[in-house]
Amino acid sequence: MLSQILYALPFLAQGFAVTLWVSLLVVVLSLIVGVLLGVGLVYGPAPLRWVVRIFSDTIRGIPILVLMFFVYYGLPATGLHLPSFWAAVLALTLFKTAQVVEYVRGAVASIPKGQSEAAMAIGLTFSQRLTSVIFPQAFRRFLPPWINGVTDAVKGSALVSLLGITDLMQAINQVIGRTYEAMPLYILGALIYFAVNYALSLASRRLERRFAFIRE
Amino acid sequence: MSDATNASSALLDVRDVSKAFGAVEVLRSVSLQVKRGEVVTVIGPSGSGKTTLLRCVNFLESYDSGSIRIDGREVGYREAGTRQRRSERDLAAMRAETGMVFQSFNLFPHLTAAGNIMLGLTKVRGKSQSEARKAAEHWLGRVGLAHKADSLPAELSGGQQQRVGIARAVAMEPKILLLDEITSALDPELVGEVLAVVRSLAEDGMTMLMVTHEMAFARDASSRIVFMADGGVSAVGPPKEILAAETSNERLRTFLARFRASHF
Repeated sequence: MLSQILYALPFLAQGFAVTLWVSLLVVVLSLIVGVLLGVGLVYGPAPLRWVVRIFSDTIRGIPILVLMFFVYYGLPATGLHLPSFWAAVLALTLFKTAQVVEYVRGAVASIPKGQSEAAMAIGLTFSQRLTSVIFPQAFRRFLPPWINGVTDAVKGSALVSLLGITDLMQAINQVIGRTYEAMPLYILGALIYFAVNYALSLASRRLERRFAFIRE
Repeated sequence: MSDATNASSALLDVRDVSKAFGAVEVLRSVSLQVKRGEVVTVIGPSGSGKTTLLRCVNFLESYDSGSIRIDGREVGYREAGTRQRRSERDLAAMRAETGMVFQSFNLFPHLTAAGNIMLGLTKVRGKSQSEARKAAEHWLGRVGLAHKADSLPAELSGGQQQRVGIARAVAMEPKILLLDEITSALDPELVGEVLAVVRSLAEDGMTMLMVTHEMAFARDASSRIVFMADGGVSAVGPPKEILAAETSNERLRTFLARFRASHF
């Protein structure tokens, strides 16, 4: 049994690399787009706010699996054929972006109005107010739910196996198909996912402590 | 100012400013001038528009009609009469010329006392970190907090926070300082230290427009007192005249009588 698992390790490692790559893409892309849309939702003109609100509410109301199948099997009807990898990344990113938008909105809205006013009063422009006053304070409130979301993204990336992408999940299933060693291999898989997420939550706790400048 | 035309005209010139929040008129054709080096205090019952007026002067609040000029330049709008807002960059530059101290301090909690003062100096005034630090230390010294430069706001008392708030505003070397009920959120025993700072700034010739409920302070520190009621200026004059018990202005007499009844 052990030798079979050892034999499969390089293959599992390749799958794990795909899992990390998908997670990283989804987390980074959703962070960039989500922060932009989140700021738009708080400070933007009314039409932009409506568009972001509709986007966020719609996406968050759809099961992620439906979204993924829609992008992969549905979109080709419009002429957009995405390779399975990018279809999966796009679907997961859309889903994650909608969450990031809400975290950003909540974090920014939690900063008292007096902070913006004090920043205006010393002559800071809008972008200076955001970067020097609002974001540094909002970051601390944004961080815990966002890290939570990152761990969700790592776990959720297992769904890409359903589009036939050989991530960690798919690799494990394939090895089980050859060896019939379901129990040890699923335990191994669970441990790997757990290790990544546990490391993330440890890092998060350290970051939170570093930014705990406000006594509440 | 050596320039004769500048010397004769007011530094702050508020003319016929009106503003409504929906159906409620908060400012009704308010006019008010503050000359260079003057300390003008606005008093009046709550809801009389004092704070709104102050917030219009640095355009934290827009106004519906009228004109506000600082040093001859229209605040907020491109020209008097038009309601075309200045650009974001222009507004920021205008606001840097007026300092404001808030009732609730509004210090930046993620920055130290010195950091609060340095932010505007580096980002707006373009000073280097070391120049800004020197200026911050100078102004913290002026408000008696040289030893607290590296403390976070949460580590300071209310009175100390407000003194940092004052230092943050004056470090920008504004043309005029706006003080919005700056002692109202303080415990009574901390009011004195903050007012002492304001007094010393007044003695140095800082031009100030302040809203306060500290009548004794208004009487001692002001060049003139403006009494506002129902969104309009009801009386203006030297402190002795305005705070005299036998004033003929009935609104003012009622306000002062009520004030005395509750404070003495």
